[in-house]
Amino acid sequence: MSVPVEITINGRVFSGEVEPRQLLVHFIRENAGLTGTKVGCDTSQCGTCTVQLDGAIAKSCTVLAVQASGSTVNTIEGLSDGVDLHPLQEAFWNKHGLQCGFCTPGMIMASEELLRNNPSPSREEIRHALEGNICRCTGYQNIVSAVEEAAGAMGGS
Amino acid sequence: MTTRSFGSGIRRREDPRLITGKAPYTDDIKLPGMVHAAILRSPHAHANIKSIDTSAAASQPGVVAVYTGADTDGVLAGMPCAWLIPGSDLKTPEHPAIAKDRVRYVGDAVAVVVAGTRYEAEDALEHIEVEYETLGVVINPKAAAQPGAAQLHDDVENNIAFTWAVAGGDADAAFAAADVTVSDTITLPRLIANPMEPRSAVASYMAAMGELTLWSTSQNPHIARFLTSVVTGVPEHKIRVIAPEVGGGFGSKIPYYPDEAITAFCAMKLGVPVKWTETRSENYLATTQGRDHVEEVEMAATSDGTITGLRTTVYAGMGAYLSTAAPGVPTILHGLMYSGAYNIPNISGTIYGVFNNGTPVDAYRGAGRPEATTLIERLVDLTAAALDMDPAEFRRKNLIPKFENGHDVATGIIYDSGDYELTLNTCLANADYEGLRAAQAAARAEGRLVGIGMATWVEICGLGPSQVAGAVGFQGGLWESAIVRFHPTGKVNVMVGSSPHGQGEETTFAQIVSEELGVPVEDVEIIHGDTDNTPMGWGTYGSRTTVVSGGAIAFASRKIKEKSKELAAHLLEAAVEDIEYDDGRFFVRGSDDQAKTIQDIALMANVAWSMPEGMEPGLEASAFYDPPNFTYPFGTHLAVVEVNAETGHIDLQNYWAVDDCGVQINPMIVEGQVHGGVVQGVGPALWEGVVYDDNGQPLTGTMQDYALPRADLLPDINVASTTTPSPHHPLGLKGVGEAGTIAATPTVYNAVMDALRPLGVNRVDMPLTPEKVWRAINDAKNGG
Ligand code: FES
Ligand code: FES
Repeated sequence: MSVPVEITINGRVFSGEVEPRQLLVHFIRENAGLTGTKVGCDTSQCGTCTVQLDGAIAKSCTVLAVQASGSTVNTIEGLSDGVDLHPLQEAFWNKHGLQCGFCTPGMIMASEELLRNNPSPSREEIRHALEGNICRCTGYQNIVSAVEEAAGAMGGS
Repeated sequence: MTTRSFGSGIRRREDPRLITGKAPYTDDIKLPGMVHAAILRSPHAHANIKSIDTSAAASQPGVVAVYTGADTDGVLAGMPCAWLIPGSDLKTPEHPAIAKDRVRYVGDAVAVVVAGTRYEAEDALEHIEVEYETLGVVINPKAAAQPGAAQLHDDVENNIAFTWAVAGGDADAAFAAADVTVSDTITLPRLIANPMEPRSAVASYMAAMGELTLWSTSQNPHIARFLTSVVTGVPEHKIRVIAPEVGGGFGSKIPYYPDEAITAFCAMKLGVPVKWTETRSENYLATTQGRDHVEEVEMAATSDGTITGLRTTVYAGMGAYLSTAAPGVPTILHGLMYSGAYNIPNISGTIYGVFNNGTPVDAYRGAGRPEATTLIERLVDLTAAALDMDPAEFRRKNLIPKFENGHDVATGIIYDSGDYELTLNTCLANADYEGLRAAQAAARAEGRLVGIGMATWVEICGLGPSQVAGAVGFQGGLWESAIVRFHPTGKVNVMVGSSPHGQGEETTFAQIVSEELGVPVEDVEIIHGDTDNTPMGWGTYGSRTTVVSGGAIAFASRKIKEKSKELAAHLLEAAVEDIEYDDGRFFVRGSDDQAKTIQDIALMANVAWSMPEGMEPGLEASAFYDPPNFTYPFGTHLAVVEVNAETGHIDLQNYWAVDDCGVQINPMIVEGQVHGGVVQGVGPALWEGVVYDDNGQPLTGTMQDYALPRADLLPDINVASTTTPSPHHPLGLKGVGEAGTIAATPTVYNAVMDALRPLGVNRVDMPLTPEKVWRAINDAKNGG
């Protein structure tokens, strides 16, 4: 049995027939072909699949594609055209906030929401906001520094 | 004129594709007609397979094929063990890619389903009927080595895969003559490497040409090609292995796995591309793990505080089979490092590699050296305590004094260069050690459990001279090669055989070429990870890539410089001896305006309109670099913790690292390696460890149960460095990838033990979970 879904991802409408059990992350990766969003676990622990669902961050492995039908999703690919980088992307680059890059899309999407809600977070607050995103490479320190720098660049302090 | 960047922390050239989500990892690859494989794994830790019925699975929706071990008979060879350590009576029992009549760990592959989608393949797994007859299970490596323990392999008595010994001096005499001896039993928990990207493979076979292409999450695509050829029988020159973007590895993507062979097997059988990607829970069963040591250790010293001897008996769990490099890890990479940063004249160690009913164990970040450093640094603290000496002072007294070109240690290896005391002093100064001890005394007076721990470490890396690799049984070489190619416009491609996957070498390698030949960093692009367009290389692990590939790049660049000089002389109508070089320009000595830039030379060499007699066209050079010795980075780390006596909870409050990895090409990347390494070393001290129940069922089977370091649990790490160049490396490099992981486990462990010392507690098994710590505190309080 398949059901129709229609999801707006990064401003573009993607529609298709999916199995009711299909996860949103698989819709994003397979149906929309946007592979910047990653699958790092199967127990909603790692945060590599983090996207924004109607403006709030969500782990897209915990949402069914059908549940997201009619919603608006933003992924890493929607953050910039790749030429003019978003301040968070720029800051992750400047501060060496990534190594293998696998956690990075999720980290950046989670950080983006943090800065919308709290434009000038302390390092402590950044660490707390990112506790749902695991990075095995960086030890987090430079990620925290990157978010701090982006906050400054975006007008916070 | 270039802007010189060697030695400065320029931002990474690989990042734009990663921060925009554009970089393709293996699981992102989609080929026309591609189908999906899912692997059925044993639910039992040890059992005979009585029968397998795949008929119901084969008729499930979307299923293309189901294969069992029997289908691979005569097609797939057994999984190879490629580190055959000599002098150890090593046994290498057969390890079929798909188990045939017996399974030996939860996760052993039993069958594979190929279907149109991954959902369909996973559904069909549930319809495979397997009848098992369960057998006895053994998990603890020491228990597994005892007579009467359940036997994993019929021809391996007491599960002992090998017994390997290291000796120097006369340890027994040293212990007999010692004023003080201390002993301990240290358990290094089994660890899961946890790269954030799970393993994945995509295989495509063109029968008409006999060509196999394998995309793989590998740290070493050339080794993967070599071993794919051994296992599948496809000739090596007909195999192309591509490691696209790889999302971390930490050693767990070194081995050649059954899953890759199975994926290739399916693609060859079916003639369509096949993808297999593990789930995270599958990664926790089927991807090699690290450590799993039980170490019985002792140290001898004289009353003036001089270490005189070290003895060990180590039981190293190998898991159910010997993985690719497994035997070398607790032996060559471990036992040879028993002198640590100290003068220890008398050493003896016996290491048993023991089969147990767990996931195979292989290299994990640090591989053997964290296990060595932990036991040495723990014994150093215990000995200092027994002598009532300050642990920093005791270390200082026993450190090998500064040396610049070679120092022999009792285990028979020769450290390259070191100034261990400098890192110790720097670390103590950065941390204000005296201030910390004063604060600790005040806290103790209030009854608070504050601890200070340190480790002074040295590691063997930059692997390594191939002749030594051969002598110690490594079934490969350890050199690296590079091709540096100038295009007519002066832009450069560098092809390397190693395969960075997060360590930033696309940047540091470009910095080397820029430094050697004066081209802007932006004009250099590094190509790696594809066996079809890179020269042979042995891979990225053991903190070796920057060192060994970097050496090859430096030498290839220098060949280009020599040729450029000759061509410049010809074009400038001067004698070669009169040509000088500075920062990308070749000029006639004394007349600076008579010059050719490296870009001019690149153009003229490529068009080849006017070449000196006998000179070949083009501006390209390749070099093979086989290091004359290993490199030995070192450092001192220090941590402060506070233990909550009521809950057993440990608060890691402060951490200082002072590392010496020789010359640094990009200090920003070096720091990043230290940050990440330290956190991976803190993990097993405080949180990480695989737990099996008595039946061999993993109780830490998902990310929910295996406690990984998270952002909110850690302090910022204070990082500093000293620079002691390696005397034998063309750029003075030593390597830094594993440093933090090697140092952090004993540093944090010692800190917690220091905190508990007033209670008389001096050992708790890692990881130091609140429950274990609370129990130890309570037992001590109750006079236990
Ligand atoms: S994939 Fe790990 S939280 Fe979604
Ligand atoms: S950069 Fe590799 S997991 Fe974060």
